[in-house]
Amino acid sequence: MKRAQSVELPNQPLAPFNASAIEVAPGIMAETGRRFFANRLSVVGLLVVGLLMAAAVFADVLAPYPRDFAVFADTLRPPSPEHLLGTDAVGRDFLTRILHGARTSMLVGFLVPLLAALVGVPLGAAASWRGGRLDALFLRIVEVFTAVPPYMVVILLVTIWGSGVDKLILYLAATGWVGLARLARAQVVALRPREYVTSARALGASDWRLISQHIMPNAAGPMVVVLVMAVPGAIFAEAGLSVLGLGVRDPIPSWGKMIAEGVPYAGTNPLLALIPIGLIAVTMLAFAFVGDGLRDAFDPHSKL
Amino acid sequence: MARYVLRRLASLMLSLVVVSVIVFALMHAAPGGPFSFEQQMPAYMMENILRKYGLDQPVYQQYINWVWAMLHGDFGIPYQSPTETVVGLVLRAWPVTLAVGAVSIAFAFGFGLLFGALAAFKQNSWIDNLVTFGATLGMAVPSYVIGFFLIVVFSIHLGWLPTGGWGEPKHLIMPVIAFSLGPMAIIARMTRVNMLETISSEHVRLARARGIPTRLIVRRYVLKNAAIPMVTVLLPIIPDLLTGSIFVEAVFSVPGLGRFFTTSALTRDYPMIMAMAMMIALLWGIMFLISDVLYAMIDPRVRLAGSSG
Repeated sequence: MKRAQSVELPNQPLAPFNASAIEVAPGIMAETGRRFFANRLSVVGLLVVGLLMAAAVFADVLAPYPRDFAVFADTLRPPSPEHLLGTDAVGRDFLTRILHGARTSMLVGFLVPLLAALVGVPLGAAASWRGGRLDALFLRIVEVFTAVPPYMVVILLVTIWGSGVDKLILYLAATGWVGLARLARAQVVALRPREYVTSARALGASDWRLISQHIMPNAAGPMVVVLVMAVPGAIFAEAGLSVLGLGVRDPIPSWGKMIAEGVPYAGTNPLLALIPIGLIAVTMLAFAFVGDGLRDAFDPHSKL
Repeated sequence: MARYVLRRLASLMLSLVVVSVIVFALMHAAPGGPFSFEQQMPAYMMENILRKYGLDQPVYQQYINWVWAMLHGDFGIPYQSPTETVVGLVLRAWPVTLAVGAVSIAFAFGFGLLFGALAAFKQNSWIDNLVTFGATLGMAVPSYVIGFFLIVVFSIHLGWLPTGGWGEPKHLIMPVIAFSLGPMAIIARMTRVNMLETISSEHVRLARARGIPTRLIVRRYVLKNAAIPMVTVLLPIIPDLLTGSIFVEAVFSVPGLGRFFTTSALTRDYPMIMAMAMMIALLWGIMFLISDVLYAMIDPRVRLAGSSG
């Protein structure tokens, strides 16, 4: 029997080990952030969102007048140094109303997706984790929810329990949780058979640990994207219902209501309608850009 | 396939039952009834009215009555318009909505496909950028915002078009634009992405290498494969367009079905609410079923659960 030939070792000495020369791969979050900020439109969107948030939070400070302060002698004034955007049909400073309208929009826009996620994500994740009957029941409920247009349910709810910002948020979340629950379910279904989950399970990790430490962090990307994309949807719904007179109640301002109130005066005071129209459009676009940027940043290969 | 469709239809029936129970319960959970808004009436008159519409009976009995009548094609009398039947009212209002919806669908699909394809074939050109930006705008901005904008510009300031109303072709223009821009944007974006993907796929490259003329490649290879993913996304848009938009119809005062969502809920018009809920649930269910079946027919790799081949 011949012995296996000995391996020829390189003559030259190996390079001395130098820990600092090893390039550390950037963390996932840093990499995601870099990709997000490389997208100019997303950054612009984020800036606009920031401005809107600031307007919403500091409306009381920024606004030149108290929210509902009306001078009945000064109705429908054009822009002037006292009233930078003029006054509305009952003599309230329009800039003040616009700033407080931002508060309504942002409140609805952020709370609705958050509430919907708080309900939907645990439900969807639990259903698919337990599987069996629970999952079948879950799918049936989802099917029923998708069979009825959400607006009809919300309008019914408005007629039952009335309208108002707080109630509107609850109604919209009550119809909006389904989408997030479906997403959470799909994520659990997709991630559950992954090797790292299986190996963690083999090491004796509890169900809770598997879901909270191994599955959810990896599902966070798509979830955040969907959450951000749900924000304009909620703002859209609030403004739309307010257009119909089913949303926010007087005297709380809402851009949707302001459009509906402003159009009759558009012949003489076009700003009353055009400013909220423009603001809703800009808000929607800004969130769309941020959502797109986040999606591309989390998943550079996504198609849509 | 037939077994699959039957199973899905059965499941759709079940959904309809659940939806009807939920909507019925929600409706009756609301404080006050359809006739509690009117002027104070003597109790005996009120009793008569309630008895006339069967509202004096317990709720479960009312539900049974409703189901029984519905199975006989009787959806009741709309309280907001007691001189006709619900079926009559729907038949009167729906054509208006259908007209707007049909023109909007044609508009959205026609221009959406056109713009999407253009953008894909001229990738990264100014056309592509314009389409992509326009699509983002169209998807982001709500229909009622577009609608009000059109009214302010074209009706109030330019005076070209009426602010609302119905009966002449010019009444269609602005509602159709407001209504179709959103779906059009989605369609354009989908078309663009799918086209790009198909154009760079291997069978198209091979076809090019074999010297098949570009026009033929586009028609035979690109369009068909690009159409597959669209089916599931686009068909669900159709029931939306067919049942009408509450918002667009409200903005342009179009006398269609959409505004009855609001008026029916506000006036507690039980029969009308139930009829519309059933109609919409049925339309959506059927559309989802068609899209799944179509998907399986276009893409032979897709197997429908429960069908044996």
